[in-house]
Amino acid sequence: MGNQSTYALGVEHLTVSFDGFKAVDDLTFYVDYDEVRVVIGPNGAGKTTLLDLICGKTKATGGSVMFKNHEVLGKAEQNIVKMGISRKFQTPSVYPKLTVFENLELSYPKGRTVFGSLFFARSPAIVERVEEVASEIYLKDLLHTQAELLSHGQKQWLEIGMLLIADPQMVMLDEPVAGMSVRERQQTAELLGRICKGRVVLVIEHDMNFVREIAHKVTVMHQGKLLAEGSMDEVQNNEKVIEVYLGH
Amino acid sequence: MTELLLPMLAQTSFTEYKAIFLMQGFAGLSLFSVFLLMSLGLAIIFGQMRVINMAHGEFLTLGAYVTAMFSHYVEANHVGFMPYFFPFAVAGAFVATFIVGWLVEWSLIRYLYQRPLDTLLATWGVSMVMQEGFRQLFGARETSATLPEWLMGSWAPTEDIDIPLNGLLMLGMAIGMMALVYVLLYRSRWGMRVRATTLNRAMAGAVGINTKMTDRVTFALGCGLAGVAGAGFTTIGSVSPTAGQAYIVDTFIVVVFGGAGSLIGTLISAFTIGQAQSILEFFLSGVLAKVVVLVTVIVLLMIRPQGLIAAKVRR
Amino acid sequence: MNRFYQVFLGGRSGAIGLAVLAALLLIVFPMALDVFRLNLVARYLSYAFVAIGLVVCWGHGGILSLGQGVFWGLGGYCLAAFLKLEAARNIALEATSDQMRALTTVGLPDFMDWNQITVLPWFWVPFKSFPATVLLVFVVPTVIAFILGTAIFKRRVAGVYFAIITQALAWIMEMYFVTRQGWTGGINGITDLRTMLGWDIRSTNAQYKLYFATSILLLGCIVLCRAVLRSKLGRLLVALRDEEDRVRFSGYDSANIKRFAFVFASGISALGGAMFVLNYGFMSPKLITIEPSIYMVIYCAVGGRMSLIGAVYGTLLVNYGRTYFSEQFPAMWYFLMGSVFIAVTRFFPNGMAGIYDDYIVTGFNRLGGHLRASRGRAPSPDAGIQINPGIQSPGN
Repeated sequence: MGNQSTYALGVEHLTVSFDGFKAVDDLTFYVDYDEVRVVIGPNGAGKTTLLDLICGKTKATGGSVMFKNHEVLGKAEQNIVKMGISRKFQTPSVYPKLTVFENLELSYPKGRTVFGSLFFARSPAIVERVEEVASEIYLKDLLHTQAELLSHGQKQWLEIGMLLIADPQMVMLDEPVAGMSVRERQQTAELLGRICKGRVVLVIEHDMNFVREIAHKVTVMHQGKLLAEGSMDEVQNNEKVIEVYLGH
Repeated sequence: MTELLLPMLAQTSFTEYKAIFLMQGFAGLSLFSVFLLMSLGLAIIFGQMRVINMAHGEFLTLGAYVTAMFSHYVEANHVGFMPYFFPFAVAGAFVATFIVGWLVEWSLIRYLYQRPLDTLLATWGVSMVMQEGFRQLFGARETSATLPEWLMGSWAPTEDIDIPLNGLLMLGMAIGMMALVYVLLYRSRWGMRVRATTLNRAMAGAVGINTKMTDRVTFALGCGLAGVAGAGFTTIGSVSPTAGQAYIVDTFIVVVFGGAGSLIGTLISAFTIGQAQSILEFFLSGVLAKVVVLVTVIVLLMIRPQGLIAAKVRR
Repeated sequence: MNRFYQVFLGGRSGAIGLAVLAALLLIVFPMALDVFRLNLVARYLSYAFVAIGLVVCWGHGGILSLGQGVFWGLGGYCLAAFLKLEAARNIALEATSDQMRALTTVGLPDFMDWNQITVLPWFWVPFKSFPATVLLVFVVPTVIAFILGTAIFKRRVAGVYFAIITQALAWIMEMYFVTRQGWTGGINGITDLRTMLGWDIRSTNAQYKLYFATSILLLGCIVLCRAVLRSKLGRLLVALRDEEDRVRFSGYDSANIKRFAFVFASGISALGGAMFVLNYGFMSPKLITIEPSIYMVIYCAVGGRMSLIGAVYGTLLVNYGRTYFSEQFPAMWYFLMGSVFIAVTRFFPNGMAGIYDDYIVTGFNRLGGHLRASRGRAPSPDAGIQINPGIQSPGN
C-alpha cells in the first residue's frame, strides 16, 4: 500500500451491506492522477455498487473513500459533484425532453442554486463551451435535437459530455460502450483517451477488447471483494481471474 | 385545543384511563378491523405495484351493497336461511369486487403503470363513476343490511366489559383475511410470482412469469379485500353511495405510515391509528380527534418517510 | 427570414396565444355577457390561478399536489378576515338602537359574538391593516408550503406519497376550520363581506371592476410563470421530473428546486383565493377540501398540464360545464366528470393543449419544415424548447 496522498483516489476497506448481504466487502485500491482504471468482474461483483458508494447514491456501512485527500463518504450527492467527481450511469440518463444543447447547458457548472438558475443568462461564453464539448462528443450537428431522439450510443456520448462540461477531476463511467457499434466503440475509446488528461477516469466495462485499448490498469472484483489488480495482460493471465470467469 | 387536551389528560386518573382504554379500545376494534381490511387491500396493490387506487373506498361500498342486497333477498324469500347467509354474503362481496377490480385493471390501470400520479387521477375518475352508479342503482339514501339475530348483542366476559359481537366478528374477519393474505403471499406460487414481479419485473418476465396476469390478479385481490371489508362494514354501519369515502384518506395514511409493502407494518399502523383515534375521541370531539391523529402521523412521516417498517432494497 | 421562423416557433406563438386569451377575457366576455355571468367567469378565473400554478409544479416539475385548495383557501381566508373586520366595524357603527349596540361588539365578526368570544384573537389582529393583510395573503400559504416542501422534498419522499399527504392536509384543514367556529366562522365560513377600504364590493360597478382586475392579474401571472418556465429553472424542473438523479448528480440540490416550484404555485393559488373572496364575498371550508382540490387538478389536466394558457381554457370549460350541466343533469355530470378524468389520463395526457399541438400546430410545422429543411438551419437556442409532436412549448 502506498502513501495515501500521492494517489488521487483512495478506497480503503469500503464495505456496504444490505440486510446482511455484503455487496462490497472490505475493498481497498488506489488510483493515480491521469490514470484510466477499468474495473471488471462478473455480474453481481459489486462494480456498480462501488460507483454508487463513491458518488453518494448509496450509503456505505464501513470504510473510507478519499479523493485528493478529502473524505467523500457521507456527503450529499450534489456536494460530491462539487468536489469534482462525476458519474455516468449504466443506462443513459439524459433529459429526454430537452435538446442536446439544453442537456449540456444544464450541466454547466453555473447557476446551481434556485435563484441562480432563475436568473441564469445564456452568455456567449456558455454557448461557446457547449459547442466545444458537443464537438468533442461527436454531437455538434445534433445540438438542437431532442435527446430522446438520439441513438443509444449518442445518448451515452451526450451523458459523457454532460459530465465533461463541468470539468470534473474524476469521471466514473458505468459501461460506456454497452450497446454501441464497433465504430462507436472506437470513437468512444478515442474520446476517453482525450479526456483522461489531467483527470482520473474510473470505468466499468465488460468488453475486453475495449478495456485493453483504454486501460492503464485493471481491477478485478468478485463478490464484492478485490480479486486481482494489474495491467490487462497480468490480469488476463491470473489464475484466479480465469477461474472466476470461466470456472463456474 | 392543546390547552384543553393536556390538562384533561393530566387530570385523568389511572383507573379512569384503564376504563377508557377498555371501553374505547373495544369500540375501536371495529374501526381497526375496517382499517385493516381496507389497508391490506390497498397495501397489496400499492406496495406491490406502486399503484394508488383512489376508488378503493368504492369497492368497500360495492361489497357492502352486495351484502345488503343479498340480506334483503334472503329476508324476503328464504327467511329460514337468515342465520346462515352471512358467510355467503361475504363470499359474494368478494367475488363481485374481485371481478370489477379485474375489469378495472384490464381496461385502465394496466396502461398507467409508468405514470403513478396519473393513476391517482384515473382511479378518482373511476370512483366518481362508481359512486354515481351506486346512486342510480340503489338510490342516494342509506340502506342497511338485515343482520341475523346472533350478530346483534354483545359478549360480556366480565361484569365491566361489554364487547359488541359484530365488532368481534369484524376483528375475526380482519385477522383471518390478514393471515390468508400472508399465506398467499409468502407460501403460495402466486405470492412468489407477485414478489418476483415487484422486485425485478424484467427478470420475472424473462423466466416466464406472466407479469401482466400477476398484476391483474393482485389488483383484483386487493379490491376483493375491500369488498370483504364492505361486507363486514354492514355490521357496524349503513351503506350509502359515499360510504367508502369516509375511510379512504385514513386508509392511505395507514398504508403509507405502515411502510407500503410490509404486511406487519400495515397491521401495526392500522392498529395504532385506529386505537389512537378511538381513544382520543373520548377527550375531544370526533373530528378533532381525527385531525390530531392525522397531523401527528404526517409529522412522524416527515421524520421517517419510509414508514414504520421499511423494505431495505437497493434503489 | 430565419429569425422570423425562430420567433414564430418560440416566442411568437406564445404571444399570439396570450393575445387571444387577453382579447377573450378583456373584450369578448365583457361585451357578450351580463354582469351576473361575468361575475361567474371571475369565479372560474380565480380557480385558474391554481391551475396555472399546477402547470409549473405538476406539469413541468412532476409534483402533484391534491391539496392546492388549502393555499387558495388560505389566501382567501386572509383577505376575508380583513374584509370581515371592516364589515364588523361598520355594522357596529351603523347599529340603530341601543339594543343592537349591546349585541354587537365593535370590530368583532358576528360569528365570534355567537361563540361568546369577546376579545379579538391575537392572530386576527394583523388583519386590521390592509398592507399587513396583502402581505399575509401571500406569506401564510407560502410559508406553509415552504415548511411542507422542506420536510418532504429534503427527505426524498416519493411523488405518490406527497400527493396523498397533500390530500390529507386538505381534509385536515377543512375539518379543523369547521370545528373552530369562533375563529374561522366554522362550517359557514366567513360571509357577509361588504366593503374593502370603503369601496362597496357588492355593487354592479365594483363587480365589473373586480372582473377586470382578476383577468389582468391572471394574465400577469401567466407572464410571470412563463418567465420562470423559460429560465434555466424551468428547464431544470422538466429535467427533474424525468431524471431526478441526473440533476442531483450534476450538482443541483433537487429538493430546493422542487420546493421553489411548490411554493411558487402556492403563492399564485393564494392570489386566486383572494380574488375569489373579492368577487364572491365569502369563503367557506367546503371550498378548500378534497373535492375542490382535485377539481383544480382536473382543470389543469383537461386544459393541458404543460400549457399555461391551456390550463385557463380548461378551467373555463370544465367550470362552464359544471354550472350549466350539473344543475340540469346531475347524474350525467358526475359520470361525465369521472369519464373525463379517465380519458384525460389515459388518452390525452397533455390535455386540450396537447390535442391542439398534435393536430394543428404539427400541421403548420410540416408546412414550415419543408421550407426550413431546404435551408438546412435550425432555430437558435433562444427559441426555447423545440416544438415536437406531443410536446408542449413551456409557458404557452
